[in-house]
Amino acid sequence: MTRHTLSVLVEDQPGVLARISALFSRRGFNIESLAVGPTENEGVSRMTIVVNADELPLEQVTKQLNKLINVLKIVELDPEAVQRELLLVKVKADLDTRSHVLETVQLFRAKVVDVATDSVTIEATGSRDKLEAFLRILEPFGIKELVQSGLVAIGRGSRSISDRSVRSGDRPT
Amino acid sequence: MTDKITGAQSLVRSLEHAGVEVVFGIPGGAILPAYDPLMDSEKVRHILVRHEQGAGHAAEGYAQATGRVGVCMATSGPGATNLVTPIADAYMDSVPIVAITGQVPSKAIGTDAFQEADIRGITMPITKHNFLITHAEDIPRAIAEAFHIAGTGRPGPVLVDIAKDALQAMTDFTWPTEIDLPGYRPVTRPHAKQVREAARMIVEAKRPVLYAGGGIIKSHANLELLRLAELTGIPVVTTLMARGAFPDSHPLHMGMPGMHGSVSAVGALQKSDLLITLGARFDDRVTGRLDTFAPGAKIIHADIDPAEISKNRVADVPIVGDAKEVINDLIIAIQAEHDSGNFGDYAAWADLLAHMKSTYPLGYDLPADGTLSPQFVIERLGLIAGPEAIYAAGVGQHQMWAAQFIKYEIPGTWLNSGGAGTMGYAVPAAMGAKVGCPDKTVWAVDGDGCFQMTNQELVTCAINEIPIKVAIINNSSLGMVRQWQTLFYESRYSNTDLHSHRIPDFVKLADAYGCHGLRCESPDQVDATIEKAMSLNDAPVVVDFVVHKDAMVWPMVAAGTSNDDIKVARDLAPSWDREE
Repeated sequence: MTRHTLSVLVEDQPGVLARISALFSRRGFNIESLAVGPTENEGVSRMTIVVNADELPLEQVTKQLNKLINVLKIVELDPEAVQRELLLVKVKADLDTRSHVLETVQLFRAKVVDVATDSVTIEATGSRDKLEAFLRILEPFGIKELVQSGLVAIGRGSRSISDRSVRSGDRPT
Repeated sequence: MTDKITGAQSLVRSLEHAGVEVVFGIPGGAILPAYDPLMDSEKVRHILVRHEQGAGHAAEGYAQATGRVGVCMATSGPGATNLVTPIADAYMDSVPIVAITGQVPSKAIGTDAFQEADIRGITMPITKHNFLITHAEDIPRAIAEAFHIAGTGRPGPVLVDIAKDALQAMTDFTWPTEIDLPGYRPVTRPHAKQVREAARMIVEAKRPVLYAGGGIIKSHANLELLRLAELTGIPVVTTLMARGAFPDSHPLHMGMPGMHGSVSAVGALQKSDLLITLGARFDDRVTGRLDTFAPGAKIIHADIDPAEISKNRVADVPIVGDAKEVINDLIIAIQAEHDSGNFGDYAAWADLLAHMKSTYPLGYDLPADGTLSPQFVIERLGLIAGPEAIYAAGVGQHQMWAAQFIKYEIPGTWLNSGGAGTMGYAVPAAMGAKVGCPDKTVWAVDGDGCFQMTNQELVTCAINEIPIKVAIINNSSLGMVRQWQTLFYESRYSNTDLHSHRIPDFVKLADAYGCHGLRCESPDQVDATIEKAMSLNDAPVVVDFVVHKDAMVWPMVAAGTSNDDIKVARDLAPSWDREE
């Protein structure tokens, strides 16, 4: 199985998130990450969905998604697309370790957003690989709390998603 | 037209604009405002059913017999949840229905109010689309979109849930002049290059088969299919959902494929080198074990739903489009191949299949004790009522026999629950069909098990003068389950004996319901009983055909096995080696 990143444009209607997440679930897929937000067009939301799936089943679920009336367009982003996640992490940091933690924050171009006597809260954005590496380095200090956003992604170059060809359908060769 | 009306009046006016002539339903608290203006509508007839499931199946039967969108209506909570089974049924069989449900007032939604159920959430996986309307001004647009979505593309059920306060609020009425659904644009025109490629494969094939599904009936493409078959001489099989899409009397018709398909139809698919799949979906009941299905065949798959293509079997040539347009374009493309001197040579193949069809015809053994054979009853019924009549079946042995032994010539004359396998479909579906086609004879061919699930709608039929006819194939058992117990559970008949030779007395039941009740227990009474039933048109007729319980449906491909292992009778496999 390989990881796929789907960008799904949907009408901003009540229930649309439930329709999409339920469809993945009943067709036997696990959503690894999902992020939703508004777009440059009013009334249109964009979902970035990361799934692990083989090519054929993914094509099937994409076609099923396309059948939802509120789904406007589905594009699979290539791996070179700009992909970002946000994480907030509360790390133990006493007088002995604080400087080491702050050094790590500097190295990863993260920033401290809150400080307490025995901990710091750090905000970091980046690709999945970068954030995983960041967490590995922080781990020994002691992670008290961690929260991560879903992945958001955007294709490179000047073309926008509305210029891109949709994923699957019948693909005449 | 700026005078204010209530949301309920707006709903009724919307239904009138949508061309609705009949609604099957039951009122209740949340939908009550809608029933008041409905009483005054001169265009929309409301038929008060006895259970919401009956309303849903009636809407399906109406839709399947007429080709129009069927409508059912129910109140919130249990009224709405009683519609779930027919909605799921319509979803599986692509039947266009619109279900309208009342919902608790919008302020009460989410509070576990009396008779509250999240019917929009419940029906999300079993509708083509659904709406929750909380503002009166949204009603006309929702109704217009619901009918558009239900009836176009791949048809299916759409639910419109309307909060009670939206029905009560005052609003302006404007019927939308156009539908704007940017996320819904079904492709009906096939891709020309794909069609040409299909035509090339067809003339090069040696053993092609036209694998026709329910899509042929939905797109009214039966005459086009006939032209394509006769132009090419390619044998045809019609799936359970496509019975009537191609005349059974036609020599190119190899019958129905699938678990209880004919040897010639199952064999045609298995031995084929090219399946020309038109509006069919490679259902597991057709393919048997998928990895051994039609192993030597290339696949042309035409369907209006792109998601069906390559879902179960990868297509070599995918064609998205409406069956009628696809076939018309195919005919032109094949004609062009013919004009260039490329003709398919299928003579040997058609000859082999014709040989299999005559060697292994559908048949049955008469019981040695002189009791009634269910297949004989159904076969006689088909002959006496004829191909103009409409037949609605329940689910089980009687359904398979009705698919096998009644000869269908006309689309829309065979109604059944194919995908969902909903017992209890027959009586209410027959009622809906009779309402839609009052001049046609409508027979429900039902089992004694199925009949006991929805027969309350006979009351609806009697009171509303909907004279359907019901043939209960009474084997006193859940016959198909019993057959599986015979074959796979060492004849241990756990909970399949319904005792319905004794209780209930179906003739008395019919009488109590204001219907004619007849009983037939021996072969020599069959024709006379059917003819008697055919002559009674002042009320519904129920015939209790008391049949013997050991009859089994053959041929059979056991669940999960290969089509190659089809048995024409217990432990009897057909031979494909011709002995000349």
